[in-house]
Amino acid sequence: MSRLKTKHLLGIKNLDREDIELIFQTTANFKEVLNRPIKKNPSLRDVTIANVFFENSTRTKLSFELAEKRLSADIINFSASGSSVEKGETLLDTVNNILAMKVDMVVMRHSSPGVPHLLAKNINSNIINAGDGTHEHPTQALLDTFSILDKTGRVEGKRVVIVGDILHSRVALSNIFALQALQAEVMVCGPPTLLPKHIGELGVEVETDIRKALEWCDVANILRIQLERQQMRYFPSLREYSQYFGINKQLLDSLNKEILIMHPGPINRGVEITSDVADSDHSIILEQVENGVAVRMAVLYLLAGIG
Amino acid sequence: MQKRLLFDSKLLKVTIGRLCRQLIEVHNDFSGTVIIGLQPRGIFLAERIKNELDRMLSGEVHLGYLDATFHRDDLRRRNEPIAPSQTKISFLIEDKNVILVDDVLFTGRTVRAALDAMNTFGRPAKVELLVLIDRLYSRHIPVKADYAGRKVNTIQSQRVLVELKEQGEEDNIWLINKEE
Repeated sequence: MSRLKTKHLLGIKNLDREDIELIFQTTANFKEVLNRPIKKNPSLRDVTIANVFFENSTRTKLSFELAEKRLSADIINFSASGSSVEKGETLLDTVNNILAMKVDMVVMRHSSPGVPHLLAKNINSNIINAGDGTHEHPTQALLDTFSILDKTGRVEGKRVVIVGDILHSRVALSNIFALQALQAEVMVCGPPTLLPKHIGELGVEVETDIRKALEWCDVANILRIQLERQQMRYFPSLREYSQYFGINKQLLDSLNKEILIMHPGPINRGVEITSDVADSDHSIILEQVENGVAVRMAVLYLLAGIG
Repeated sequence: MQKRLLFDSKLLKVTIGRLCRQLIEVHNDFSGTVIIGLQPRGIFLAERIKNELDRMLSGEVHLGYLDATFHRDDLRRRNEPIAPSQTKISFLIEDKNVILVDDVLFTGRTVRAALDAMNTFGRPAKVELLVLIDRLYSRHIPVKADYAGRKVNTIQSQRVLVELKEQGEEDNIWLINKEE
């Protein structure tokens, strides 16, 4: 079997098409395992995994934890609040202390871009990036693209628009890399203040009119407005944002075609997406969550499965 | 490299017929019995046995494919991850008699993994093992075949090469001596 060309999953940027396809094949196997009456299997028995979260997370942490448990790994959880980080310990010291307890893999989330890369240079375990600031969130992008593949049968040639706060979004960047590696066409759409200045240089289309964007696309991945990352105001009000960029049923009905609706969660209902759209048949939001566990199992299995 | 032919197409057909009759002797009409082929190579043999049984019993015998990759005991002892194959079992095996089918029985470790993997689909009433080639005196764990196409004395360095029509070749099964 071919193996991943990397020892760590730091970002989609480090993966090529072959790697992603290998992960998807393995994901399909694990998805089947997750539909069995007994979902646990012993493939990562005796592997110890530390989930190190320096930033809040519900979904990603739960999903990783569940994936690790389904694979029979031993896990320890660490979150920065209430820990020695508050006493002034440096990042490397914290992580080295955790590793001194003989940990094989580290799943890490941090609010600063590049932290997993720094760790990968300094320590021996496999590192999986579970989100580093506004940089990358590779497992989210893998599960998003896998969900498109799973639902529609292919990713190549699909037109995907990513809507919303592109500037602060690690999901957007990872998704752009993943979709482009699989030869999909990508567009970003949002208020000009939330689009990075030179985003076009990544080879994506840029659009500020949501109707035009939706008319162009097959799949719309709608991002959350991240209020916690906005020290300054990028748009006048949430109400105005939802007027101009919110996805609602009338807008979709007026398009004369069906679009697959995705959202990485958590949803701000009534802001970037209305409830009737989020809960409609075109939405695969909950399938994304389901696939998330299988994708993470595949990544853990492929990175750990080497002696 | 020396090769010895263990099965050709004709002998294979006769042997599969014999194995099927043995199975019918024990399992009658197969109402409470299912066949599970082990991935990757046991499935072709399992398919042939199912087809032969369907013909003999003029009925439909349940057949599933089982992949035991995630239950193997050598996962992190290799240089590469082991590629999983598809598992496809569309029936419940709870309280069923299960016949596991594989091409070659060697150390027995695959069978152990398969027994574990099968347990994730329920608790079978009874499990039997059918193999085409039983390599004697090479077991690492106490596993034995209930039905064997042919028992062969082999030494550790020899290899059994199975070529089946389903993989685009003629039906030929060889015993190969690796040169020192």
